[in-house]
Amino acid sequence: MNIPSGSKQEFKVIGTRVARPDGVDKVTGRALYGADFTVPGCQVGLILRSPHPHAIINNIDASAALALPGVKAVVTSADWGVPGDEGLRDIQDNCLARGKVLYDGHAIAAVAAKDMATAKAALKLIRVDYTPLPHVTDVDAAMKPDAPVIQKGRADESVPQGSAPNITHYCEFGHGDLDAGFARADTVIERSFTTAATHQGYIEPHACLASYASDGKADLWCTTQGQFNVRELCAGIMGMQASQLRVTPSEIGGGFGGKTTVFIEPVALALARKCGRPVKIVMSRSEVFRATGPTVSSSMDVRIGMTQDGRITAGEARLRYQGGAFPCGTVDMGAQAAFAAYDLDAVRTQGWNTLTNRPKEAAYRAPGAPMAVYAVESVVDELCQALDLDPLEVRILNAAQAGTRSSYGPTFDQIGLMATLEAAKTHDHYHTPLAENQGRGLSCGFWFNFGGNTSVSLAINSDGTVGVTEGNPDIGGSRASISMMAAEELGIPYDRVRTVITDTNSLGHNDVTDGSRVTFAVGLATIKAARAAIQVMCARAARLWGIDEDAVIWEDGAAKPSGPNAGNFEPMTLAEIAAIASETGGPIAGHHESNAEGAGVSFGVHLADVEVDPETGATTVLRYTVFQDAGKAVHPDYVEGQMQGGAAQGIGWALNEEYIYGADGRLQNAGFLDYRIPVASDLPNIDTVILEIPNPGHPYGVRGVGETPIVPPLAALSNAVSRAVGVRLHELPMSPPKILKAIMAKE
Amino acid sequence: MKNIHVSTTLNGDEAEFVCAPAETLLDALRNRLGLTGTKEGCGTGDCGACTIEMNGRLVCSCLVLAAEAQDADIATVEGMATGAALHPLQQAFIDHAALQCGICTPGILVAAKNLLERNPDPTDTELRYWLAGNLCRCTGYDKIIKAVQIAAADMRGA
Repeated sequence: MNIPSGSKQEFKVIGTRVARPDGVDKVTGRALYGADFTVPGCQVGLILRSPHPHAIINNIDASAALALPGVKAVVTSADWGVPGDEGLRDIQDNCLARGKVLYDGHAIAAVAAKDMATAKAALKLIRVDYTPLPHVTDVDAAMKPDAPVIQKGRADESVPQGSAPNITHYCEFGHGDLDAGFARADTVIERSFTTAATHQGYIEPHACLASYASDGKADLWCTTQGQFNVRELCAGIMGMQASQLRVTPSEIGGGFGGKTTVFIEPVALALARKCGRPVKIVMSRSEVFRATGPTVSSSMDVRIGMTQDGRITAGEARLRYQGGAFPCGTVDMGAQAAFAAYDLDAVRTQGWNTLTNRPKEAAYRAPGAPMAVYAVESVVDELCQALDLDPLEVRILNAAQAGTRSSYGPTFDQIGLMATLEAAKTHDHYHTPLAENQGRGLSCGFWFNFGGNTSVSLAINSDGTVGVTEGNPDIGGSRASISMMAAEELGIPYDRVRTVITDTNSLGHNDVTDGSRVTFAVGLATIKAARAAIQVMCARAARLWGIDEDAVIWEDGAAKPSGPNAGNFEPMTLAEIAAIASETGGPIAGHHESNAEGAGVSFGVHLADVEVDPETGATTVLRYTVFQDAGKAVHPDYVEGQMQGGAAQGIGWALNEEYIYGADGRLQNAGFLDYRIPVASDLPNIDTVILEIPNPGHPYGVRGVGETPIVPPLAALSNAVSRAVGVRLHELPMSPPKILKAIMAKE
Repeated sequence: MKNIHVSTTLNGDEAEFVCAPAETLLDALRNRLGLTGTKEGCGTGDCGACTIEMNGRLVCSCLVLAAEAQDADIATVEGMATGAALHPLQQAFIDHAALQCGICTPGILVAAKNLLERNPDPTDTELRYWLAGNLCRCTGYDKIIKAVQIAAADMRGA
């Protein structure tokens, strides 16, 4: 279902549901992912990981491993230097521990061998002498002054003097007089919440293949959300020039933020350099869980005041996040996003990040926002229950709009929150009766969206077709949307355009595929590259016609005289201009490079109906509808796909998914059997309603859509459970035993 | 231990390979036979990305020994299309956007094909339980369920 755009612009290709260019490859098995690539003479790389959550590494003795026939090399952090840049050093130390292991699963050494059996045998022969240290994995425990210190001296300048030693970052946002705001409230509710760490759960484990020649030139093939970032990080760690390392991304089997950094790639390069042969490393699922980035876990306090007619008078949140054994700033985004849906006179959010003995946090779809919004939206809902108010009307009454000073500072431009709320209010889902033990929950969600550095090249082929070369791995159908924008701008059919994603040597820099930026920023660059090519084509026509370049316009895929005064010439199509390009000045292409700004923020509203079994505490999601502003849905199927996929991940986060650490500091559920992501039978159809409130920062009004949909499900589900069985949980996930315990405590 | 010589039928063709005694069928398919369409997501039978048909039964090829393929009839995603003509399920997945990253797609296609051969007209609930062993992290399953139903209707009408 689409609600018509407010934009006057008419499109021929944008908004249609064309077949994706990678479709046939992906349904036939032709598409090559990270682990699917090989080269002659390739060695198997395998990584030794710490069984301890926190320990000093006294010595690593690899002599027995190296003596095993078929073993080609062993590397440790001693094979690298120590980068001066703190951020790079942390990434390197996460790839191979230096001096201390900081979490269960932390990489210590790696081996390259002729085959997997030999590599496995070699790992067992590496002797590591550890001195175990006390550990801490819980966020609140880690923030105590006497907690085991994970890394000394890592607090940044934001952290107040006298803070506990594991606290690395502090932030504060907001405006207005909180005391006065709370004084105006008829009811004030303050609650504390916790959320578990969850993993992105991409089905494709990390995989890479490195080849390092004796002249110092190297190639790396890997599954990643950003080949340029991989090159920069690997070159930094390996002490190479960027020009000597070419990184080629494979098809990517899911990332959700988790493939925006490096884990195995520099290790494979180090092994390849040391043994003089190509080396391939493919992580096991257990390695993915133990040693790649889950999201943060959190502990939060939220206080909100409301008048009896539903106006929020003040809101306050204190967010404590842990992002593992290395500093991270994710709490900043949570503290900014927490109250973004509301127009508030008085609001303050504070955030703290603490180190723990857990894997280094990696971005996960709207990083930092889902948990903060969960806490805020839960308290808003509880206030609605306490004051007997309609939760949707209360959201509408307090909704941020164009001109609202946001809770994190900037004043909003055109935003779609009110439109999504109104769409939810009139949707039949909101008015369908519910039965016993069933409840309906709703939540708003928000994400900033990002633009960023982007390079695109667009070639006009001599047969009138077009090749677009871009540098952002396609994680949700972006090649289709990029081709569509090129076709729209050039005025040619979609099937005449082919978009490919290229290696690091073939384009200028591109930021990682993240921040819901690709359809916005790469699309923007593609449109501008097309316009550059159009300018050349108009100039060629002008030359042939002997008129001024300014007297030629581009319309419906052809150059035309701009009016009767310009001359009476038949239009020249793109194909006609392309066919004679060699006679009119040579090949025709356009390119665009910029650091894109103007990514419009995104809002969504989710409605969830659940039924809770009072005997078992199990929650079934009966019905689910996602309402979201897409600005302009370039390819509605893939916009819906983002909305549905994000909702499913959020439902998993709300109901099942969690990292479980034992008292020994070791991860207890490092596999899909015990870390249970939603399966097909867990979910209902996920209905979608796309709103289109154009983003003024994009020629077609596009906003990023990928991240917002993971934000609302956490509170939508918790609010629904509360209304189904009268128990409100303040922790996620709401697994059946927790809900059952709450039901029994109530009785 | 010595490698084992295996003769099998693979997507309708006779095939031979050698494998180590402990080698999985998934590894043999990918590394010995070059059929990388079958994916490894976990190696423990939890994700279904390596789903293939063995003598008409769905199996996680990561849980089958390669040597067990002796005299068996193996079908993988690479065998689904007939020449250049896609199987109706493959076409429906493209037409109805039932894939995003595509890493789970081969396993889901093989599993769905196997279901439709047993039950040409499944309910959504039957379909969701049949596919419960095939994890997808991108789509939320909605468009997968719809695409399989569209393909099923297409195949019933064909």
